[in-house]
Formats: sequence, structure tokens, C-alpha cells
Amino acid sequence: MLRIQGLTATVDGKEILKGIDLEVPTGEVHAIMGPNGSGKSTLSYVLAGRDGYEVTGGTATFNGVDLLGKQPEERAAMGVFLAFQYPVELPGVGNANFLRTALNAVRRGRGESELDAMQFLKLARARMKELSMPEDMLKRGVNVGFSGGEKKRNEVLQMALLAPKLAILDETDSGLDIDALKVAADGVNALRGPEFSALVITHYQRLLNYIVPDRVHVLMAGRIQRSGGKELALELEASGYGAPQAA
Amino acid sequence: MAAVTETIETVQAATEGTYKWGFSTDIEMDYAPKGLNEDIVRFISAKKQEPAWLLEWRLKAYAMWLKMEEPTWPSVHYPKIDYQDAFYYAAPKEGPKSLDEVDPELLKTYAKLGIPLKEQAFLAGVEGAGDSAADARMPIAVDAVFDSVSVATSYKERLAKDGIIFCSISEAVHEHPELVKQYLGSVVPQGDNFYAALNSAVFTDGSFVYIPKGVRCPMELSTYFRINAKSTGQFERTLIIADEGAVVSYLEGCTAPMRDENQLHAAVVELVALDDASIKYSTVQNWYPGDAQGKGGIYNFVTKRAQCRGKRSKVSWTQVETGSAITWKYPSCVLLGEDSVGEFYSVAITNNYQQADTGTKMIHVGARTKSTIVSKGISAGHGQNTYRGLVRVAPTATNARNFTQCDSLLIGDLCGAHTVPYIENRCLTAKLEHEATTSRIAEDQLFYCRQRGLTQEDAVGLIVNGFCREVLKELPMEFAVEAQKLLQISLEGSVG
Ligand SMILES: Nc1ncnc2c1ncn2[C@@H]1O[C@H](COP(=O)(O)OP(=O)(O)OP(=O)(O)O)[C@@H](O)[C@H]1O
Ligand SMILES: [Mg+2]
Repeated sequence: MLRIQGLTATVDGKEILKGIDLEVPTGEVHAIMGPNGSGKSTLSYVLAGRDGYEVTGGTATFNGVDLLGKQPEERAAMGVFLAFQYPVELPGVGNANFLRTALNAVRRGRGESELDAMQFLKLARARMKELSMPEDMLKRGVNVGFSGGEKKRNEVLQMALLAPKLAILDETDSGLDIDALKVAADGVNALRGPEFSALVITHYQRLLNYIVPDRVHVLMAGRIQRSGGKELALELEASGYGAPQAA
Repeated sequence: MAAVTETIETVQAATEGTYKWGFSTDIEMDYAPKGLNEDIVRFISAKKQEPAWLLEWRLKAYAMWLKMEEPTWPSVHYPKIDYQDAFYYAAPKEGPKSLDEVDPELLKTYAKLGIPLKEQAFLAGVEGAGDSAADARMPIAVDAVFDSVSVATSYKERLAKDGIIFCSISEAVHEHPELVKQYLGSVVPQGDNFYAALNSAVFTDGSFVYIPKGVRCPMELSTYFRINAKSTGQFERTLIIADEGAVVSYLEGCTAPMRDENQLHAAVVELVALDDASIKYSTVQNWYPGDAQGKGGIYNFVTKRAQCRGKRSKVSWTQVETGSAITWKYPSCVLLGEDSVGEFYSVAITNNYQQADTGTKMIHVGARTKSTIVSKGISAGHGQNTYRGLVRVAPTATNARNFTQCDSLLIGDLCGAHTVPYIENRCLTAKLEHEATTSRIAEDQLFYCRQRGLTQEDAVGLIVNGFCREVLKELPMEFAVEAQKLLQISLEGSVG
């Protein structure tokens, strides 16, 4: 269970998160929607531990373990995965090399044995097939020269390989064509189970037809303003966010 | 794929931050008296029972050196070197013998360094080779130079079957005097520069390679240099000749114990490529770089030059420079033959208080000569990294081409990167291109890697290896793994 209580955070001295309260019980998938600049990515970075995103109050625990005091790689080893809104390019670093390094780092963290190249390739190929991704994505530099959609698919592939316990998808659907959208949704749905939780950040109700959320939250002006079932997304699509409610 | 795997594994295994080659070997040594004078030159020559012509050659070099000044143009700073305060000859008391009789202490030393001196069964035929491709590795012939002498050379007999000569230069002086006499100093003359003159006077050992006409050397040749003795300079001399149509790949590695004092290494390497010959020369330079405060470390003042004498000949220099307190080194190509090709691929790392002034010279003389320069400089800590490169095109070099790419990566803000390209073009039809970039490891790159579970250090290692990829892929596979590991170790503690 992801439990966030009274979380406040600043970026460059500016308060962006103004008291987030949110619970995602284990086994559930929650969607977060909200206008541009409302703090959705900020929340994902704070949960993942990015430098420069300073927590000024509140708590965040995952399965009872404090997240906020941990290094990003320690959180990753705990099973926290962030699919970036803007995946980062690593020139010269081969995608296969990167994926295997990441997978083995996370496996070490989980006390599992590392995979050798052959084992890794077998696994990677299987996952890529499921996600109908061309195999040459493995040979290319990490995200270098990838189209916007390819970058997002690569995030989904990484998620599928790392098999996280908590996946935070930050607008993974943006920039995806219809087929890719289904593939991305399949990626999440394949991981769904009693041990898996996800926070799916999106602007579009459409994604939620494929990844059916247990709950939908609206993040506005640094706070969760509304929460509801999956029908809330439809309502928002019809009527917009409106003005933020006073705290 | 096995290479990739292994690479990652090795990179990850390398997590200790210390210089792991810093131990010293306790062995009985034979020294020349301390200091440098004509008698020392005679002493070295006598120790090696050299012919008179070589002693004369050395003495001429010594006389030249006396009149020369230490160069001050490189962007490196160090206290004045007292050339009288060092030993110019140090050799294990038990002289070099056949491979089976090498002092066990030395064998242990090289084993500890991961250098195989023992010959393995030569896997030329496929029979008996393991089913895993990784087991069926090509053996590497090694010449091991310990302080002033070559202590062992492996696979000599096997190579001799193809007419290949691979031995220490001291041995070559006795066994193949005509070749040595013809080529020694023909690429780097005694008076070429201050350090080359010093080397010519007091060089002690090094490797000699001759690949006959039309022969493709069946295995990698390598020399492994080890400075062990205290207060001792190492002055090796390497000479490689590839006759018409010959092909050879040669590797050079080096380490030294951790000592508080600075030790001088002034080598000369000469390469000669005749018609259609090709020489690939790779270096992983890992001399002791000094400690985190900048104390100790090797002064690496090296002259490396190749002459592409023949038509369509090719020389490729690849270097990974991670060690030394100071590096002063410009592996160069003189492209005389028509259509000859020179390449220079370099990674130079400076961390802590290391200084590197390195680059290349491509001298185009023949028509349609081509050169490529790819230099990757990485600075961390207080490191200072200078790329200094000269591209000179003579009027005779019609349609010559050069492509230069110089990239610098900065880690932290106390270090420096400098690019000093010199271009002298006297030919209208020449085409020269130069690209240069300077970048930093971006915070979002580090965060991306760490979010995927990599530690900060592994993330830096991965990004740096990516930055150097174009150079590392030029290295033979075994060396590439070693080099990647080294890059990461050299940068430990540089971020965060
Ligand atoms: N480094 C920064 N300095 C100042 N303000 C910042 C910085 N980074 C983010 N912000 C501000 O924080 C606010 C929240 O940004 P965030 O990226 O979390 O929004 P978002 O909800 O993800 O928006 P979108 O839907 O457009 O992705 C924005 O107003 C943004 O301008
Ligand atoms: Mg966002």
C-alpha cells in the first residue's frame, strides 16, 4: 500500500505540492488527472527521490516503509518504477546494456540472482514480442533518436522487464498512437495482480478504457481536490476541471 | 553479446575506489648507480652487451639531450625534475630466461595483474575448442617488461613459424641487428625532442616486432610494462615494422606501485608500415595517477609516432589514458604513402589532480591520404585535460582528408577541459573538418539511471562509457572490458 499524508514539497523554493493525501491499496490501480502545471510530475519525482524536489512536510510510505529518506536507487530496489513523462537520452549507452544493468541492479536489491546475457536476451525478447516492439530497439542507444512514441514504448518495456511493485506512469499515453496505447495498457494490465499497484497520470479518459482504474483522483494546485470511481474520468472529460476548490 | 554481458559484469564488479595495481614486488634488483652521465649510458649499454654502433648512437643522443631544454609549452605544471635523482637502470638480479624459468615472484606479480604469461594451447583449429565462444578466446602473446628489462615473451616459437619476430628490443639488437639498425630512430630521431633524446640515450628495454611480407599476425601481440623499483625511471623503446601487406594488432598496458614520489616514464614508440600494411596499436595506460591530494604518480612523457611509408598503408592508434599524474603524449602519423590512412582514437581521463596534455599529429604528405581523429576528454575533480592536435597538409597531399572530433565531458566544476587544434593546410584540394563539443553529465541522466536501480557511481560509469563508445569499440575485446572497468574506477568519488 502506498500511503501519502500531508505531503508538501518545493522546487527552487516554490511550493508545488501543498499537502497531498493519497492512498493506493496494494493490488489497485489509481489514475491521477489534473490541469497542466498542477504538480503531477512533481509528485512522481518526489516519490522517486529526484534531487531538487525538496520535501518540506508530510510522509510517504510504501508497504509501511518510509520512501522519502531513501536514495532513488533504493526506492527502485523496493520496486518503485517511474515511467518518465520525458524519457532521458543516454548517448552511446546501448539499450540492451542499460536494461540489463538496470534489471540486475534491481534483482540484486531484491536478493535475486543476476541474469547473464543469454537469460536476459531471452526475457527481453519475450517481453518485446508481447509488446510488439521491434527487436532492434535493443541495439540502439537509450532513447537516442527515438520518436516520442518509441520513447514511451521503451518506458513500458523497462517496466515490463523490471516488474515493479509500484509503477508510476507519468503521461505514458501522451504521444502514443492507438495501437501503441493498447500495447502500453497491456503492459500495465499484465503486471496487475494482488502484489502490484500503480499510479497512472494521464490527461485522457481514453487510456482508462484500457487500464480500468480502481480510483480516479484530481490533482489541482498542489492538492488532491476530488476522488471518485472510474466514472469520474468521464465526467471530467465532459465538464472539465473547473476552478480549484478552496482548501 | 557475450562481450556486452561481460562488460557490464566487469564494470559492476569494479566497485572499490583504490588503485588496485599499487602493490610492489619484493625481488632482488640490480641497479645502475643513481644519476645520469656518460658513464651511466655506457653502463646500460655494457649491461646489455650492445654492439659499438649502438653505444655510439646512445652517446650521440646523450650529447644532444644535454643541449636541449625541457619543453614548457604543454599545459601541465609540476616541480622541476631532478634528472640526477633517479636510477636509470633497475633489473631483477636473475636475468631473463626462457618462459619456464621466469622467477616465480615475477610470475605471481603478473598473475596478480591479470596478465597471462603462460601459453595456452593455441586454438587455431576448431577441434577441442569449448562450445562457448568465450572459452575459445584467441591467446595473446605477451612481452613482459619489468622495470628496465623484458622478463618474458610468450608464443615466440609459434609466431616464428610465420616468420614473425616478437621479442624484446635488447634481444633484437643481438638477433636481428640489420633490422634494428635500419629502423631504430628512423621515425623518431634521437634529437626529436627532449624526452626522446633522453630515451635514446638510456632506453633499457621494450618490444620489437617485425611482420614479414603478406603475413597477417595470427594473434594479438602485447607488451605489459610494469614499473616496480623505487626512484627509477622507465625508458622503454618499442619498434614495430609491418612489411608489405602485413597486418598486426598490438596492445600495450602499464601499471606501477603506489608511491609518494613521482616517477618518470619516457618512452619512444616507432611504427613503420610499408605498402598495404596495417598496424593497430592500442594502449591502456594505467600508470599510478597519484593519490586524491595529488601526491605521487607517474610522469608519462612519451613520444609515439608512426610512418605510413607505403601506399595504402594504415596505422590506427587507440589509447585509453586513465593513469599517470601527468600525461604528455601525442601519438602521430606521418602519412607519406599515397592513399595511406592514419587514425587516432583517444579517451583521456583526469581526476583528482591529474593533468593530461594529449592529442595527435597527422602529417599529410602523400596524395589522397586520409586521417581521422576522435578524442574524448573526461575531467573530474581538479583534473585538467587538454587536447592538442595538429593536422598538417603538405602541398603534395592532393585531395587529402581529415576529420577531427573532440568531445569533452566535465564532471563537477573544479576541473577543466581545453581544446587546442592546430591546422596547417598548404593544399587547396584538401578537405578538413573539425567538430568539438563540451558537455556535462546531466542531472536528469543520472536520475534516470538511478530510478532504474543503478547507483550513482554505476550511472556515471555507464554514461562515461557511452560517451567514449566510439573509441572503446576500436579496442580489441579483452582490452575494451579492461578499459571500461578502468574508466569507472578512475572516476570513483568524482560525483556527489
Ligand atoms: N525547476 C522549477 N522551477 C520552478 N518551477 C518549477 C520547476 N519545475 C516545475 N515547476 C513548476 O511546478 C509546477 C508543477 O509542474 P509539474 O511538472 O509537476 O506539472 P504537471 O502537473 O506534471 O503538468 P503537465 O500536465 O503539464 O505535465 C508548474 O507550475 C511548473 O512550472
Ligand atoms: Mg507532468
